[in-house]
Parts: sequence; structure tokens; C-alpha cells
Amino acid sequence: MSQEKILKGKAYVLDDKIDTDQIIPACYLTLVPTIPEERVALGSHALSGLPERYPRFVKEGESKCEYTFIVAGRDFGCGSSREHAPVALSAAGVKAVIAESYARIFFRNCIMTGSLFPLETPVKLNERVKNGDELTLDLENNTVILPDGEKISLTPLGAAGEVIEAGGIFEFARESGMISK
Amino acid sequence: MGQTITEKIIAKHAGKDSVIPGETVWVSVDLVMTHDVCGPPSFAIMEREFGSDAPVFDREKVVLIPDHFIFTKDPASIRNVDLLRGYAKRKNIKYFYDPANETYRGVCHVGLPQAGHCRPGELVIGTDSHTCTYGAFGEFSTGVGNTDAGFVLGTGKFLLKVPRSLLFLFEGKLPKGVMGKDIILTSIGRIGSDGATYCTMEFRGSAISDLCMDERMTICNMAVEAGAKNGIIAPDEKTREYLKGRTAVPYTEYQSDPDACYAAKYEFKAEELVPVVAKPYSPGNVCPVKEVAGTKLTQVYIGSCTGGKTADFKAAAEVLKGRKVKIRTIITPATKEVAASLDAEKIDGQTLREIFEAAGCDPIQPPSCGACMGGPIDTYGRTMADEVVVSTTNRNFPGRMGSMQSQVYLASPYTAAASALFGVLTDPREVL
Ligand code: SF4
Repeated sequence: MSQEKILKGKAYVLDDKIDTDQIIPACYLTLVPTIPEERVALGSHALSGLPERYPRFVKEGESKCEYTFIVAGRDFGCGSSREHAPVALSAAGVKAVIAESYARIFFRNCIMTGSLFPLETPVKLNERVKNGDELTLDLENNTVILPDGEKISLTPLGAAGEVIEAGGIFEFARESGMISK
Repeated sequence: MGQTITEKIIAKHAGKDSVIPGETVWVSVDLVMTHDVCGPPSFAIMEREFGSDAPVFDREKVVLIPDHFIFTKDPASIRNVDLLRGYAKRKNIKYFYDPANETYRGVCHVGLPQAGHCRPGELVIGTDSHTCTYGAFGEFSTGVGNTDAGFVLGTGKFLLKVPRSLLFLFEGKLPKGVMGKDIILTSIGRIGSDGATYCTMEFRGSAISDLCMDERMTICNMAVEAGAKNGIIAPDEKTREYLKGRTAVPYTEYQSDPDACYAAKYEFKAEELVPVVAKPYSPGNVCPVKEVAGTKLTQVYIGSCTGGKTADFKAAAEVLKGRKVKIRTIITPATKEVAASLDAEKIDGQTLREIFEAAGCDPIQPPSCGACMGGPIDTYGRTMADEVVVSTTNRNFPGRMGSMQSQVYLASPYTAAASALFGVLTDPREVL
């Protein structure tokens, strides 16, 4: 995980209950995230299962999106246990998701892989932010700054934060002496 | 203070006397399950971190059970099963159920209990969200991603935040036409599809005790559709009976204490339950079948880890016996053992297979996940356009069964079969 504490970039805004079939449809699950080319391919299909009312997330023929953040509502990442979901978003260039709440396995997969910051917001940020808005995320102070300068506090990650800080479950276990270095 | 069954199992595996919800503990794992979709990436992560010749933590505590994309010509799917085969050989894994030979079983969540891998009091993780199914046997069981699995494969250890428990109490006798599927859909409908996020759903009461193991599995299977970490039902005589002849490994039974602490309790009178469906596009979008009766359908799907077990096909056959289906009806047994039961189980002298054939169902499919999650384009029963399906599976998100234009209603095998007779959503009590 990058050690940058301030992240800036565009937001892609979603509704409540975006499930893993929408994040990465089942037909791409044969792609193996640990094989570099297949990881890139996963990124190019990120969010390709969304209904048509959303603008395309990754443009035709490209492997990266133009967004740094996903801003979503409740229960983001519900559905299957596929780690392909956070990996696809990360491979497409997303650094953090800011949602009202997460499905447990998606949240856990973000932490364990260290691929994305899954941050929780107590307010309905997806009603305040528009697609393409520029946001600034301050990870040190757990705040996000909106285009008009307003600062919104995010829920601290707690124990899970320690695992992300370490860089994922393996590094965390090495640091705590659970497995050898 | 008393402990719930889930807390007791976690405490035991953390080497502690008790645990409290919210606490994070390392637990030792009794079994790791993975399949053809998540196995290959989990193995790659395990070998990247521990080295390519690193052994698994215990060759007898890992189960590799390919089931998702089996009956397809898709090259990547075939490659993934090969990767499982290679790993099983390299790591000398004791339990690999290979589609290329007679050890093949079918869908993991039905195959594992049938093969005797599920026992009360144990702690299981699997790389599939419906791993929570095994909670029907009074064990703690939850789904994880590949990195978690890669870690556990190497260490046998799992970092776990102790969940709060929610109690779902069903007292009384279920009316005719109402099944385990209606119990779980009603529960999810009550609390919403994120109503149990990070929590345990514990099911109890005389209506639960009355259910056979297949039906209890249906209930725990869908706990994740309310966001739960695990679903659990305490073991009893029926559990012991099921395990006889399937496992010789001794196990410990746990029960929740009378003064155990629950974050919430939901009580239901079993007599008042009715057949329900989950409408598109969420398992939490639940209403009585009566409210949507008459909705036109194009396809019926009876299969999957949720609704493709022997008890499910018996229920469907009870409705279809001596009648004809009006629309395409697909029968996909979850496992080989279930498939064999279609020839062994009889209603009034007719086997289930004969009943389905006489009713005009599609040719019975080989056991696997089938079209439950769509899958490769050549998957039998996968939706290709704007089909409207009633299905005994567990998810109805947009595109779940293939086409983004299709719609899926989740229902019990009774409701699915009754609807097959008329080509519209039908309350099964009208035909039973
Ligand atoms: S039958 Fe469906 S829900 Fe069950 S394991 Fe297979 S794909 Fe998943």
C-alpha cells in the first residue's frame, strides 16, 4: 500500500447496494488476480456490470479509469466473496472507496490485501458529490474535502487500520511475530 | 455472563475461556475449503508469501472441490481445474474431488457435509461467501477472500473479529407449503439485505428443530444475504443422525447459554409464515407469493447449494407428480449424491427422475453450480436475454444468472414447481 497520506483525484459516484456482480461480473472470474496481465484485464472490466444509467467507468479499449475514488451508499460490495472485486477496482486505478457501509467480506478483502482503503462516512456523501468532482482525502486526519472546501469526517478504521498500515495480513502477521519474516 | 454457541466455538479455537463481541482474536482453523474460482489465486498468494515448496498447514484439513465452471469448453475454466489438480499433487492434499474421475462431487456446500467434512463445534473458512451453509451443523463457518485463504493455507490461523449474535426464534409448526427457504427469506425480508452485517444469525425454535438437515442448510446458506458473518443452528439428534456413517472424527457439541447476550432478537410464529419470494434485484426484496401471483415467467430453475438438495427435489416432485410444466424447467442437482437420490427416492412408486421427466422438465443436468451464477456463455440454463426466472438459488442481483436484462425471483422449490405448472408465479398451497 502506498504511504501517501493525502490523496487527490476524481470521484465516481454510485448508489446503495452495489454488489460484486456489478463490480466484476462472474464471466471474468476465470482471470487470476495474481497473474499481472490478468490483473490488468480485471481492471479494464471493473464496474462493467453496472446498469446502463451510469457512465462507463473504464473507457472502451483502456485498462485504467480516470477516477481515484469511489463514493457509494450503503452495503457496498455485497454478494460474493470474490477478491477480484477490490482487485479490479485497484487495478483500474482506484485508491479508496468512501461509502456509508460495506458488506463484510468486501471490507475484509480490502484490508487483507491492502489494495484499497474502505472508508466509512456517516453522511450520505453520494448525494453531495457528483460524478467527476475533485476530492481530497486526508488519511491522517480521516477527512475528505469536497470541491467547495467543506471537510467531512470519516469513521476511523480501528483495528483493521493496523492491518492496512502494515500492508496487508502477511505483513501484519510478520510484524506481530505470528509468522517468520 | 452466558455465551452464545458462536462465542463458545470461537473462544475454544482462540485458546480462551470466553470472548466478547468486537474483540479481535487469532483462531486456529479446522478446515479450509476452496474451489475452482478462488483456489488458483489463493494458491498463488500462499506460494508467493511462503515459497513455492511451502507445505499447507495440514494436508488433511484442506478440501479442494471444483464445482463452479465444470461442464464448459471455456479454456480459462479448464485451466483453473488443472491448477487445482497440480496444487493437490504438489501439496499432497488428501481431499481433492477431481471432475476427471469418480471422486468428483459437485457443489462444495452440499458436497462437504455429504463427504463428512462438517462437524459440530469446528471452525471452517472457505473461499466462497456461502461457506456459512455449514453452520447448519452447529459449527462456525464463514466465507473469505483469496488473501485470507492464502494466509490460512500456510498457517492454519485466521484473524477474526468476534461477531455480535442476532437470534431468530421460530416457535410452532410450519404450515403446509412453507419451507426452510421461506424461513430464511422471511428473516432477510424483516432485517434487510444488510441487516446482519458483521453479525451472527442464530436460528432456534421448534420449527427449526423439526427441519431436516437439508432444510437447515438452506437457512444457514443464505445468512450471508443479510450480510451475516455466519449462520448457525445448534446440533441435535438430527445432526448426529446425519453424521453417522459420514464421519468417524469425534466432535464437541455446543449450545448457547440461556443467559447468552444477543444484540437483537426476532421472534416469529411458525404458523403465521406463508410462501414468499424475493423479487428482483435483491434477496432482501421479499413479499408473499400471493402479492405477485400471476407474474409471467419464462423459465424455472431448481438447483444450487441453496435449492438443489434431495429435500428440494422431493418438494418439487411432490408438486409436479402427475402434472405437466408449462414453461422451460431446469433441474440441476447440486452433487452426485443428490443426483443418485433422484433415482432412489420415490413418491407413490415413481422415482423423482421419472416424475420430472414425465412432467416435461428439461433433461436433468450433471451436478455442479450450473446456471446459478450465470457462468461461461455455454452454461446450460444461463439467461441470455430478457428471461423472467423463478429460481431456488440465493441471489437475484442484476446479471446474476447471465443476462443483465433477465429478472430472477428467488423462491422455495414448492413455489418454483407450482409456478412451472402455470408459467406464472403461483402460491404452492393452491396445488398441494
Ligand atoms: S451453487 Fe451458486 S451460490 Fe452455490 S456455490 Fe455454486 S455458484 Fe455459489
